[in-house]
Amino acid sequence: MATHQPDYFVPQPSKWPLVGAFALFFIGLGASLAVNAVSAGWGALAVGVAILIYMLFGWFGDVIRESEGGVYSKRVDISFRWGMGWFIFSEVMFFAAFFGTLFYVRTISVPELGNMEHKLLWPDFRAMWPNSVAPNGTEPYQVMGAFGLPAWNTLILLTSGVTLTWAHWGLMKNNRSQLKLGLLVTVLLGALFLGLQMYEYAHAWGDLGLTLSSGVYGATFYMMTGFHGMHVFIGALMLAVMYARSLKGHFTAEHHFAFEAAAWYWHFVDVVWLILFVFVYWL
Amino acid sequence: MTTATHDHDHAHDDHHDHHPTGLARWVTATNHKDIGTLYMWFAFIMFISGGVLALCIRLELFSPGLQFFRPELFNQFTTLHGLIMVFGAIMPAFTGLANWQIPLMIGAPDMAFARMNNWSFWLLPPAALLLMISFVVPGGAAAAGWTLYAPLSTQMGMGMDLTIFAIHIMGISSIMGAINIVTTILNMRAPGMTMMKMPMFVWTSLITAYLLIAVMPVLAGAVTMVLTDRHFGTNFFNAAGGGDPVLYQHIFWFFGHPEVYIMALPAFGIVSQVIPTFARKPLFGYHSMVYATSSIAILSFMVWAHHMYSVGMPVTAQLFFMYATTLIAVPTGVKVFNWIATMWKGEMSFETPMLFAIGFVCLFTLGGLSGVVLSIAAVDIQLHDTYYVVAHFHYVLVAGALFSLFAAVYYWLPKWTGYMYDEKMGKFHFWWSMIWFNVTFFPMHFLGLAGMPRRIPDYATQFTEFNTIASIGAAMFGFGQLILLYNVIRTIRGGVGPAPQKPWEGAHTLEWEVPSPAPFHTWETPPPVALVDKLSAEQKLH
Repeated sequence: MATHQPDYFVPQPSKWPLVGAFALFFIGLGASLAVNAVSAGWGALAVGVAILIYMLFGWFGDVIRESEGGVYSKRVDISFRWGMGWFIFSEVMFFAAFFGTLFYVRTISVPELGNMEHKLLWPDFRAMWPNSVAPNGTEPYQVMGAFGLPAWNTLILLTSGVTLTWAHWGLMKNNRSQLKLGLLVTVLLGALFLGLQMYEYAHAWGDLGLTLSSGVYGATFYMMTGFHGMHVFIGALMLAVMYARSLKGHFTAEHHFAFEAAAWYWHFVDVVWLILFVFVYWL
Repeated sequence: MTTATHDHDHAHDDHHDHHPTGLARWVTATNHKDIGTLYMWFAFIMFISGGVLALCIRLELFSPGLQFFRPELFNQFTTLHGLIMVFGAIMPAFTGLANWQIPLMIGAPDMAFARMNNWSFWLLPPAALLLMISFVVPGGAAAAGWTLYAPLSTQMGMGMDLTIFAIHIMGISSIMGAINIVTTILNMRAPGMTMMKMPMFVWTSLITAYLLIAVMPVLAGAVTMVLTDRHFGTNFFNAAGGGDPVLYQHIFWFFGHPEVYIMALPAFGIVSQVIPTFARKPLFGYHSMVYATSSIAILSFMVWAHHMYSVGMPVTAQLFFMYATTLIAVPTGVKVFNWIATMWKGEMSFETPMLFAIGFVCLFTLGGLSGVVLSIAAVDIQLHDTYYVVAHFHYVLVAGALFSLFAAVYYWLPKWTGYMYDEKMGKFHFWWSMIWFNVTFFPMHFLGLAGMPRRIPDYATQFTEFNTIASIGAAMFGFGQLILLYNVIRTIRGGVGPAPQKPWEGAHTLEWEVPSPAPFHTWETPPPVALVDKLSAEQKLH
């Protein structure tokens, strides 16, 4: 008899993808209108986000029920691992676009704007990084230093990586209180990071005069730290869900890929921050 | 163990009969065949929509002077024609084929993530709808060309924002579809099916999906920066603020060149299935095909600036990108010679799929060779943004990607519908397409060499004859596609009779081991290892 592959779970028809399609349609339409100051756009955007939240609860609810119901075989688990790994790879490439932008403006476009040809256009522009004024001389601004708040944030994120691993050890040793405590501390550290980043933004915008329009330095600074912050938020949300699930008694020492996926994501966000700290804040 | 598996199979069979019917079947689908069908029909509708835009372009260019459309509207047509054909027609059609065929060809019960598969598809209609809406908002649709170059794209009206969000949604769809394909291939092959025993179409789909995951996020980043430049005061692509519009081109083409291979590699895979079947010989050089496909994928990340020779680059950079680009001719040449060697002394027959595959090999090679011409920086400076470029990429995308899709549809239609298509009509469709394609696009080489620029609604009178010929060819080619539509619908309704399980006796892949039409669920019990080994041995020379 030929060897059988383990049974693979194929879900029944589901309404959630269609709900998600409506959500993204309203988000896309609403955002397009909103950025053009059409007030109806905000309404459409809100509807889209609400539908998306409804979908996330419903869809992940189904997945969690199926997982706790034990229908996911070893092979399904491997699919989830590949899927999450490739998703994180796509996120790496998303950040690569912005790091590419940063390196390009630092090594090519800003130095070139200071060369002899451009002296005719912008005689007062001095090409350096981080520059404190754009070629077209909008209001001067100060740059964000590395070894104040950002260094503390680095420490916070690195610590959160440790507490998360500690929580994982707890889960594998079947020490549930260590799991819960570790997760809670990790989520709180994530929240603290985001709080401090908001404080940093307020300081930069208000006191340093650093805005999105502050030359290409301001653009790269806010774009890169902002998208990173958004990913910290998503990661913290994922870990918060894991915390809630651990309170409900989900996960076993052997079977807990949802937790691991969130942890992979958290470590990925952590690594992005380290590179960001070096190239956006420090060097 | 065996009993348990059987019991489980029965349990499955019970609820198979309860899957929804009517509209609910399609909007809630988790079945790879249903979702594949949805993809194919969506792609066909988009192909017709993009085709109508193309015919509007050719109508305006039929004779010199402005006849029908304002130049702004003409630019919207060229932009949306490109976006719709690339993101709406070619890519979804290949994803649809991958959905239908990969589980069948590797002996898997379905795609790895069946629900997410549905979302990947159902994100496409909203994105297409946003693009359609962009025509009616103030300022009209995006008119910056499908490349959306800054600073054009940082200046236009609301239509550009709708386009940006449509691209985001299509990107999410593509990334999820690609993750599904990669995971299915890596994790769900039948026992005994090692990587090097996979059919070529599966290999090319795997590498295409990898490219998609790598570059779609980069495009998302690029258009996001366009969005913030437009509305949030950033200066990424504005020199006065310290940025650089050329930066947009670098990021875009870092996506855009792999994108070219995303539209070409699956075509290579299809042709590598069809030619051995109808030459009744194993594929020549299976291993070299796999390595060539991988090399093309890797090289595709190192050649992007050959789209930008005329933008102002150091000569050393031009030389690097020129040599890297010409290097791609090597693995591509390996493929072309392998296809020819497969046909060499084969017991050839010329059913419609084979005709399209041979048409593909001839015309794609021609398009590839004009690509080598354009890769030479010194030549490209002259030909940049002329109709020579338009001719080049339509040879690789229409006679390449599209012809391979036609081959695939005729090749697998008996398996999908359970009926045989009308062979005579299929052959007519091929010859019609072959002739009018060349009438449309071959003269564009001459127009480009003579200096006619692309994306311009008017032209100097010396270009009139070739433009008129191209416009006539385009109309004939376009309306000829209704033959395909008619033939497919007729086949669904019974065609010229029921199809046997294996209508092509030279085929040696797993999808021909299940009945025609393929049942709703296939390979719930994987194929025996002995069968996998036998078929794989028949597919390649050792």
